[in-house]
Amino acid sequence: MLKIIRNRYEQGCKTSNYPQEPIALYKRFRGLPKINGDCDPATVGQCAAICPQDAILCEERKIDLGKCTFCGRCENVGDGAFVTFSQDFAMGTSSREALLCDGTLPALAEHAKKHFKKLFGRSLQLRQVSAGGCNSCEADTNVLNTPFFDLSRFGIDFVASPRHADGIHVTGPVSKNMKAALIATYEAVPAPKVVIASGACSISGGPFYGSPEIIGDLGSIVPVDLYIPGCPPHPLTTLHALLNFFK
Amino acid sequence: MDNFLQINNGQAIKRSSIPCLPFPRFAELLDAFVKNDGFIVQFFAHVEDGRNKLVAVVRNNQLYVAATEVGETFPSLTASSSSKFHMFEREIAEQYGITPVDHPWLKMVRYHANYRQAADVFGNDYRQDIPGNYQYFQVEGDSVHEVAVGPVHAGIIEPGHFRFQCAGEEVFSLEIQLGYQHRGIERMLTQVPMKRLSIICEGIAGDTSIGHNLCCCQALEALTGLAVDPGAQVVRCIALELERLANHIGDLGALSGDVAFNPPAAYFGRLRGEFLNLLQVLCGNRFGKSLVLPGGISQIMGEEQAKIIEDKLKELEPEISHVCDLLFSAHTVQARFENTGTVSTKMAEDLGLVGYSGRASGLPYDARVAFPTEAYGALHANRNEMVNGDVYSRASVRREEIMHSMHLIKSLVNRAGEVSAKRTMHEISLEPDSFVVTVNEAWRGEVSHCLLTDKGGRIERYKIKDPSFHNWTGLAMALRNQEISDFPLCNKSFNLSYCGFDL
Ligand code: SF4
Ligand code: SF4
Repeated sequence: MLKIIRNRYEQGCKTSNYPQEPIALYKRFRGLPKINGDCDPATVGQCAAICPQDAILCEERKIDLGKCTFCGRCENVGDGAFVTFSQDFAMGTSSREALLCDGTLPALAEHAKKHFKKLFGRSLQLRQVSAGGCNSCEADTNVLNTPFFDLSRFGIDFVASPRHADGIHVTGPVSKNMKAALIATYEAVPAPKVVIASGACSISGGPFYGSPEIIGDLGSIVPVDLYIPGCPPHPLTTLHALLNFFK
Repeated sequence: MDNFLQINNGQAIKRSSIPCLPFPRFAELLDAFVKNDGFIVQFFAHVEDGRNKLVAVVRNNQLYVAATEVGETFPSLTASSSSKFHMFEREIAEQYGITPVDHPWLKMVRYHANYRQAADVFGNDYRQDIPGNYQYFQVEGDSVHEVAVGPVHAGIIEPGHFRFQCAGEEVFSLEIQLGYQHRGIERMLTQVPMKRLSIICEGIAGDTSIGHNLCCCQALEALTGLAVDPGAQVVRCIALELERLANHIGDLGALSGDVAFNPPAAYFGRLRGEFLNLLQVLCGNRFGKSLVLPGGISQIMGEEQAKIIEDKLKELEPEISHVCDLLFSAHTVQARFENTGTVSTKMAEDLGLVGYSGRASGLPYDARVAFPTEAYGALHANRNEMVNGDVYSRASVRREEIMHSMHLIKSLVNRAGEVSAKRTMHEISLEPDSFVVTVNEAWRGEVSHCLLTDKGGRIERYKIKDPSFHNWTGLAMALRNQEISDFPLCNKSFNLSYCGFDL
């Protein structure tokens, strides 16, 4: 018992005050990109050529955040002449198109669906479906239940049964071998229900795009309401998206 | 091992120098080797000039390679020699449609069509969704019942299917069917441009991003003769140890949670995050993604980052040791951990278990010691005291490795001046007609990648092995004659990778 008390004392209270107080991430964290719209086409082309995800749209001078794995390679071209990354982790969007990003994103809260806020604003129960990928997305979703983030204090929980859930939170590129189980889980959630695509994999196939063994785009199987980019999304990206979309 | 070629970890050789033995000789040598403290690192098929070949990379305290040519079938070594071949032969059957005749339990590994468009060994129609016509092991009798779980499990975890054949609480047999995460990675790696290789390898298993990508980059370095500066090697080691720390600490937390001892579960959960944050300090990503590149690392570890890591370790070390003490000295925890899910040394050896699961059963193998890469050659080895093969041992080994890893990192960050040059990704041309195998001790155990290049220097075959490929069978055996309610605990003590296995 004494040990429990001593450890309790040593650990203290670690829960963050987000969103009341902002959280600063270490400068190397790569969040929302800053894009130089006047960059010369040759440099943009160089960035596109080294991008492993083919996420750079040269003509429009945009980055597809649904494909980008935030590897930071483009930032090295010409010392950030075209792209540099900010530490802004707020990157959730309510549409796939909005992820084609020129350096700005629409304010998620304003694009959230009104009836979702009304229905799920006070209590949101999600069923997580892991459908391929590398499991980092799942790991950093799990982290939301640790004391620092303490997701439950916002009335949001991950539950075991789709019957108890208001929607599904999907990670992974949807491997062919998971397609049937994913659809069955989706169908088991009572309507009205929400679908969240979390991570580059579920949005575009992520690192596995082009593989014949994956579907590669969750939106082609079930209608997606909320997109959370990243590889994996930082837990704060997920938290910000959930709070702004549903609260 | 006269007829096998001795090779070095991460050293490219010409394909033509790999001895190609007649199958009976190949089988005879392998049989003697595995029965005499030898283990299999890789055993896979590929097609060379239209002929089916099998390649074996094996180890005792050295690494060896040999190949053989087979037709559409070959006599199963699992049947005639050792269980160590069991999963490898199933994989050969699935990937290339080559049948190991008399294999005692030939069934699919991941559920996909083979690479040769040959007739499917399992009679599956891959237009059907998994599990197709897959047959599960059956037990019959009065009080026998079956429990099936998955692929979607209760928590936020990866998909897999588990079938327990039980009498009351007691488990006779657990059958683990994976493959739900299959993304076709080995195939992809032979087809995509070079710039995608690292990112895909980081996605083999996200909790082993550093381990797998290190294997990939070391292989590419060997095939191009790229040298890595000592500073970058130091950073790579630090990253691999941070990955180990984050995972071991997270798992001790999960084990506490599984025996409903909540304070350490919460503390370890938070402490794990601290190590992910340190990886983010190094490279901007909490899982170390994008840090390691062929030829070095993508970001410099300067004095600033070194200091952050050092200060954090100083702060966390006493906390971690206190929380460990809290967990391991609780009687309720001991009562649940001890003698649960035991894998004997003999069983571990028969199955070829690796990593902490092997070490907890008394197999001391640690690739950092046996085949050191990067800066490991000059670092202290670890010793494990608790080797009874039960949950308690697997947890204790993790605790010992946590303390050891922190010690390693402390000695590494202190290597002043060894900050490293930043590297960017560019196209590199690979040595043609070559073969290389790389081995690293990632947090779960031995990770290995094997590459074969063709005449044009393109990657013709990319073979990946995650430690889970060996160890899933260990978990299935650990459950025999246990209570089904002990499954979560046994499972967490192994914490194997689904995606690393499924590829
Ligand atoms: S950060 Fe994104 S856009 Fe830039 S190179 Fe990496 S994947 Fe491409
Ligand atoms: S998006 Fe990235 S982190 Fe998430 S599952 Fe895919 S590869 Fe892993």
